[in-house]
Parts: sequence; C-alpha cells; structure tokens
Amino acid sequence: MSTFLNLLVYGLADGAILALAALGFVLIYKATSVINFAQGEFLLVGAYMFYTAFVVLGLPLVAAVLVGVVVATLIGVLVERFILRPMIGEDPISIIMVTIGLSMLLKALVQMFYGTSPKSQPAILPRSSVEFLGATVPLNRLLVILIAAVVLTAFTIFFRRSRHGIAMRAVADDQQAAMTMGISVRRIFALAWVLAAVSALIAGVLLADISAVDQNLAGFGLMVFPVVILGGLDSVPGTIVGGLIIGLLTQFVSGYQDPGLATVVPYVVLVLILLVRPYGLFGETRIERV
Amino acid sequence: MLTRAYQHSLNGSHLPDGEPLLEVDHVSLRFGGVKALTDISFTVTQGHVHAIIGPNGAGKSSMLNCISGIYHPQEGSIRLQTAAADGTRTVSTLTKLPPHRIARLRVARSFQNIELFSHLTVLENLMLGRHIHMKHNVAASMLWFGPARRQEIAHRHLVEEVIDLLQLQAFRNKPVGSLAYGIQKRVELGRALCIQPALLLLDEPMAGMNAEEKEDMARYILDVHELAGVTVVLIEHDMNVVMDISDRVSVLDFGRLIADGTPDEVKADPAVVEAYLGSDTEDAAVKEALATLQEDA
Repeated sequence: MSTFLNLLVYGLADGAILALAALGFVLIYKATSVINFAQGEFLLVGAYMFYTAFVVLGLPLVAAVLVGVVVATLIGVLVERFILRPMIGEDPISIIMVTIGLSMLLKALVQMFYGTSPKSQPAILPRSSVEFLGATVPLNRLLVILIAAVVLTAFTIFFRRSRHGIAMRAVADDQQAAMTMGISVRRIFALAWVLAAVSALIAGVLLADISAVDQNLAGFGLMVFPVVILGGLDSVPGTIVGGLIIGLLTQFVSGYQDPGLATVVPYVVLVLILLVRPYGLFGETRIERV
Repeated sequence: MLTRAYQHSLNGSHLPDGEPLLEVDHVSLRFGGVKALTDISFTVTQGHVHAIIGPNGAGKSSMLNCISGIYHPQEGSIRLQTAAADGTRTVSTLTKLPPHRIARLRVARSFQNIELFSHLTVLENLMLGRHIHMKHNVAASMLWFGPARRQEIAHRHLVEEVIDLLQLQAFRNKPVGSLAYGIQKRVELGRALCIQPALLLLDEPMAGMNAEEKEDMARYILDVHELAGVTVVLIEHDMNVVMDISDRVSVLDFGRLIADGTPDEVKADPAVVEAYLGSDTEDAAVKEALATLQEDA
C-alpha cells in the first residue's frame, strides 16, 4: 500500500509537469497549426533561465521567477516573429523541420553557455516527507502537484472565460472570421507562443527542482508527444488527462515491473493510440474526403 | 435613433443621413489573368440599404471582400468616411488596411457560407463582436477581477439587446455548430451588429432559406436599418427582396458595373435586362430574377 501511494504521488507529479509542458504544445497547435518539436527545449531553456537568475545572479525566488517569465515571454515573441512568421503558408513538413532545427539550436545554445554537466541548484520546495495514510511521501512532489494544478486551472479559466482566451479559440476555429471581428491574428499567434514558453518555464523549473538542472530536461520534454497524441492534439483538457495517465503509467511500470520498460511504455501507448484512436481521447475528429 | 427599451444605438456611424459613407473608386481586382473586377466605382450613402446584384460569378462577393480587406485590389481605392462624436471627419483608405484594422473602423460583415466560430457558444460569438470595443490587455484579462470583469459586464448589456432584437434568447449558451442553418445566419448577423457597425456588409443573408425564413430575415434587416439606422450593403439573389428593401442598387456583370441607381431605374435599364436575359444559365435564382424583371418592366 505504501509503495502504491508513493508511486501514485510520483506519477501524479510527473503527470502534472507533463500536462503543463503539453499545454504549450497544444496551444501552439490549436492557434497556429504548427507542430512544435522544440517544446522539450522550451522546458530546458526555462529551467536554465531560472537557474541563471536564481543561482548565478543570486536574485530572490520571486524575482527569479519574474525574470524567467519575462525571458520566456521574449523568447516566445522572438521565435514567433522571426522563425515561424516567415514560414506562414509554407509546407507543413518545412515548418516541422524548422521547429526541429529550433530545438537543436536551443539545446546547443544551452550547452554552449552552461556546459553539459548538471548544475547544482538549492532546493526550492521542501525536501521533507509527510506521513500520509501510512505511507511516507515526499512533500515536494505533493507541492508540485498542487502548483501545477493551480497553474493549469488558471490557464483553463483564461481560455474559457477571458476575452483573449476566447479570441484565441476564435482564431483556432476560423481565422478569416476572426479577422473580420477586429482580432489581429498575428497578435494571437504571438500570444500562443508566449503562453507556451511561460507554461514550459513553469514546468521546467518544477522538474528541475525535483530532478536536476541538466540536459535530460529536454528528454523529459519529448514525452509531450505521447501525452498530446493520447489526449488529442487540439484539446486542452486532453493534455491534463493525457499527462496524468502517462505520468502514472511510467511510475507504476517502473515501480512494479522494470525502470527500463518504463521509459518505453509512453511510446508503446503512442503507437497503440494512433492505431486505435488517432484523434486521441479528446481530440476533434476531422474527416476529410478527397 | 434609440427605439423600444434599447439603451445602445447599434449604428456606429456619426455621419448625418445622406452623406457619402463609402466611396469605391475605380477598383480593379485580378487573380492572375482572371479579371474579377474591372474599374468599379460607386458610392454608398449613409442611411441607405445598398444592394449589389448580378448573375453568379459577377464579382459581388469579390467586391465585398475588397471592402472588408480580405482581398486587396491592384488598382483603385476604397475610402470610408467616419465622423467622431464631435463631428470631425476622417477619411480612411480601406484598400491599404488589413482586415482586422478595417473591423476596428466598424465595418462589420457576414459571409455567404456561414463563418461562425462553431465550437463557441452563441454568447461567446456575440461577445467576440465586442472585441474591438474592449480595451483591457492580456495581463488584466488574466487577472479577470477589476477592469476585465467590469468591461465584460458593460458589454454584455449591448449583447443582450442584440439577443433580444434577433430573438436568440433560447440559444444563448448553445454551441453555434449545433444550431439550425437559419438560426446560424441570424447569429452571424447578430455578431456583426455587436460591433456597432458604421457599415454592415451582408453577403447573401437569405441564401438557402425557405420563404418564411427569408421573410423573417428581411424583417430583421429592416429592423436593423430602420430602427437602428445602420447603413447596409447587401448582396442578394432574390429580386423581390432586393427591390423591396433597397434604396439603391448596383448591378455587376462579368466584373463590370453595368448599372447603378434606384431600384426603379435599375429595373428599367436595358443593360440590366440584357445581362439577365443574355445569360443562358440554368441557375434558378437567375430565372426567378428574370421573371420578376419581366413582370415588373
């Protein structure tokens, strides 16, 4: 029972971070129809930006988070303006290649400035444990779940209720009509990239705190693909459900079976879901007749 | 003009009736070698219902797309005159602006094939019509409490009046995609009205409707025009409707303007009769139009 509870908490924490990372991916796909292969690197860059502000510059926690958000916003705007906007109207394959190139570029930049060895960063979340239903569970994982839940809820309400959220959904739905409503489609594209970069920053900082500030963060980010394929490429609730399922699955397989198998399991799910339900659990079914 | 219990005027233009609102000046539009529009000029007067008619493929929708900025004509210009509340006039050249900037000048439109946000509810679609009037930024929008909330509540009042005018009460929270075709057409009109348009462009608002639905829609358009005082540019195939509700009619054929005048002048114009008689198309709307013209002439 205590193993189960532990795995549950670890799985939910991983899943919550995955959901945050996947949220950015879905936002970009929904609003701009771009498949962003650099989402994992956004996590990486976010974590290193926070590390720079918090450890290298020695800023207090809140200020470091703010600096991270500002830099993430800038990166989002710059990537949209100078890399993706010139690609509007190009072949989807070309756009995918561009985002793959972007992922390599971001990773290389991080290696260039920070090297390849892990960086030590003082723990932000408490490392103590709490007794919970007879099990000893780490407090920082519980806090990760809590923080991610708050951020995801805030984002969801933003999309459902606010003027800008509804404008984003309108652009995703019908760009031409959105323009005739006075919505600047370019602004919405930029907003999608900014929100993706900021949610990736939060995911990156949380992940770095429970693991380490190193290159593996981008590898964890690669797991957004099983998550979004499972949840549905264009579904915000899908990212949450997909993230939690993948997070729990890997932890349970790792705990009860074999850690090696656990790294493969998400991609097995990816293949299976593509065979059985290619639009994912919550994705919109698009039927095209040729 | 304010009517009934409505507190908001839907007319976004402060020009007095009878002044030129929109000037289309020698506009030509080409797609490669295809001439969609050739040297079109006409003027839309504040307070009018101005119909654009013509056989299929005459360039009517292209004309509307030029006005709303979706197409950019190679030659000529389209100018919109606006007046501020204090009476100062501004002339904006629409042909140089992207569509969202034209929308901010309060040029609203509907589409021939409905272009609603089908995953959003009726209310969300209508609130998007208020987008240009809401000033709070993304940060305020994220906080929600404070300016964002106050603005949304204020704008909701006008949206509710539009819902009332178009009798959409029963559908407020339904996703638009699930509604009947006739209702969707009405929602699209409503979304355009929520902009408080200075100029309302309607691309075949009655296409694909039965007689009863057409009558309803004609009634709504007349309400919008007569009660709210909104200037309307209308593309329509149904001649009875056009001749009944328009103040002025421009006739296009093969991308050229062949007649421009009052419904009676246009009806009697030999070029118009020729355009309709000369086309040996099987199109039902044209045949119907032809019958109407012959009957009236």
